[in-house]
Amino acid sequence: MNAKPLLKKASSALGEDGFLQVQSVSKQFSSATVVSDLNLSIRRNEFFALLGSSGCGKSTLLRIMAGLETPSQGRIVLDGQDITDMPAHDRPVNMMFQSYALFPHMNVRANIAYGLKREGRPKVEIDERVAEVLELVQMHSHARHMPAQLSGGQQQRVALARSLVKQPKLLLLDEPMSALDKQIRQKTQFELGNILYKVGVTCVMVTHDQEEAMTMADRIAVMSEGRIVQIGSPEQVYETPATQFAAEFIGSTNVFAGVLADRRGQMVCADLEVPLDLGEPGPDAQMGQAVQVSVRPERIRMQLAVPDSKVPPANAALGTVAQIGYMGSYTLLYVTLASGRTLVVNVPREVMMGFERAPDYDDTVLLQWSSRSLVRLA
Amino acid sequence: MSITSTARSWIPGPRALAIGVPFVFLLLFFMLPFLLVLKISFAQSSMTVPPYMPLWGIEDGKPVWLWTVQNYLTIFSDDIYLSAYINSVRVAFFTTLICLLIGYPTAWLIARAKPLARNLLLMGIVLPFWTSYLVRVYSWIGILKDQGLANSLLLHLGWIDAPLRLMQNTLGLYIGMVYSYLPYMILPLCAFLMKMDPRLPEAARDLGATPWEVFFTVTLPLSLPGITAGSLLVFIPCVGEYVIPELLGSSQDLMIGRVMWSDFFNSIDWPLAAAATCLMVALLLLPMVWFQRLQSRGGVAL
Repeated sequence: MNAKPLLKKASSALGEDGFLQVQSVSKQFSSATVVSDLNLSIRRNEFFALLGSSGCGKSTLLRIMAGLETPSQGRIVLDGQDITDMPAHDRPVNMMFQSYALFPHMNVRANIAYGLKREGRPKVEIDERVAEVLELVQMHSHARHMPAQLSGGQQQRVALARSLVKQPKLLLLDEPMSALDKQIRQKTQFELGNILYKVGVTCVMVTHDQEEAMTMADRIAVMSEGRIVQIGSPEQVYETPATQFAAEFIGSTNVFAGVLADRRGQMVCADLEVPLDLGEPGPDAQMGQAVQVSVRPERIRMQLAVPDSKVPPANAALGTVAQIGYMGSYTLLYVTLASGRTLVVNVPREVMMGFERAPDYDDTVLLQWSSRSLVRLA
Repeated sequence: MSITSTARSWIPGPRALAIGVPFVFLLLFFMLPFLLVLKISFAQSSMTVPPYMPLWGIEDGKPVWLWTVQNYLTIFSDDIYLSAYINSVRVAFFTTLICLLIGYPTAWLIARAKPLARNLLLMGIVLPFWTSYLVRVYSWIGILKDQGLANSLLLHLGWIDAPLRLMQNTLGLYIGMVYSYLPYMILPLCAFLMKMDPRLPEAARDLGATPWEVFFTVTLPLSLPGITAGSLLVFIPCVGEYVIPELLGSSQDLMIGRVMWSDFFNSIDWPLAAAATCLMVALLLLPMVWFQRLQSRGGVAL
């Protein structure tokens, strides 16, 4: 999951920062605030993902960028031009809609040519550009098919071609994989990514699927309740989540809440018998300060406890195995501590194979983690 | 082969029932009466009860044919029928057109309204159905007559000096026809516009279509089945309409329903009225078959 997929651009391939700027944008629907004073700056050619659960405001923000909604406050600036008041049909922005919204009464060719016809391009140019983009998405053999005759993956490629043919400055992707079967999703994510990389277009994608965001995006903004909780590369967001929400939304995690016991970074947590050693507590740390830390399930080492074994002085816990889930490359364990707290632990396959005896239900196990695996949350 | 499987083949399945029940209903209450009318249209008129002769009889111990095509010949030779047919189709056509021009924007607004407003508006469209059709047409006389509501209001406002002639003419006919049949246009259009994916017009806007282009390239073509359904529902009953031309129209606007009525009740010439009916059904079948083909072709594209 941490490995950077090949399709991603080296950061030098990205253009200047501030290509797309969202400046203090808010959106209210009657009484509800859907997007709240949001700021965002996206680089040219960047693939940016807005990640969040439904109702977090990510789709509204995307529709504001497309011009399908007007913001209650704030400005949208694209390539140095303020486009806030520009109607949707004049914006150099195209969107690939959720479930694609292909025109059912037009064939593939007519669907793709639609945008160029609206620009009043000469027929020769339209034909040429449609053929070009059909070639790009490898749908040239389906030019005369109606959308209903295509598979989900083919429809997606037509939708992509339709949104690329006008060579927009900004491409918006609304849940691009949500209408596809899980089996072909991963393959499609890489295909789509490769096409977009070839074209070299600035992209903003909305998704609720963290894996999709991590595979495809250069940067991710985690959104909750109309605000951005954290912005960063997939690694940054995963390895050093800023808040409990970000930590729990991306992957699974164990969050400990407690207070700092001394200036060396010892933290006392009611769920654990021994303190947590944070290593560097940070310059602003104060004794008695309430803190939250997160440790990812794969950062916890597990071993079977010997009888009467003592818990090490820090960063460890004894517990009993409550659930075992075999996941192939790793095994997922739920371990219940004496305090009643349950921790999630991922044990890699090779570690499982190394055990003399595989852990079973109700076995007592010793869990340990390093100070470096503990990430302090805001 | 067991007994149960033999027995099962005698019990109609849900599919057979779903098709069979309406089929039997149509056979009993549409096809049989129509065949009766068709039979009468080939009979000779007589002063008996019922006022027509059998198609064949026994004379001198020999069977003789008594059927005739004279009724059809009369219709084709008498100008009044042809002009009544043409007039009926013309009135039905323009009624449908006016209903479409009023109904489409109305349906579009209803479909786009917020759920609460939409339900209220739909109720407003359906509510008149709770009153008898005849009562509603009669009440238009109260509005349109020389001393009626409309003229009183216009006189009161000082917009006119003398009452306008609003009924017993073509204007009154169209007011009555459009009023009565408008809901049949609005309701199917509404159903089609409401189920249209709102992302489709949005996608068109996103691709650079102005609001008018969105309408003519996406919304309108996708609502064609609704337009067809609504137009059929208005056009077909309009052709045979009797009450509205009788009450609100003029004697100049002779429609086929009026002619059949007078053949049937005034001249008591059942065979002639039956022949006129059969020709009207044939006349209506043509546009219906055409619309059906249009729709099934559109269905492939949809």
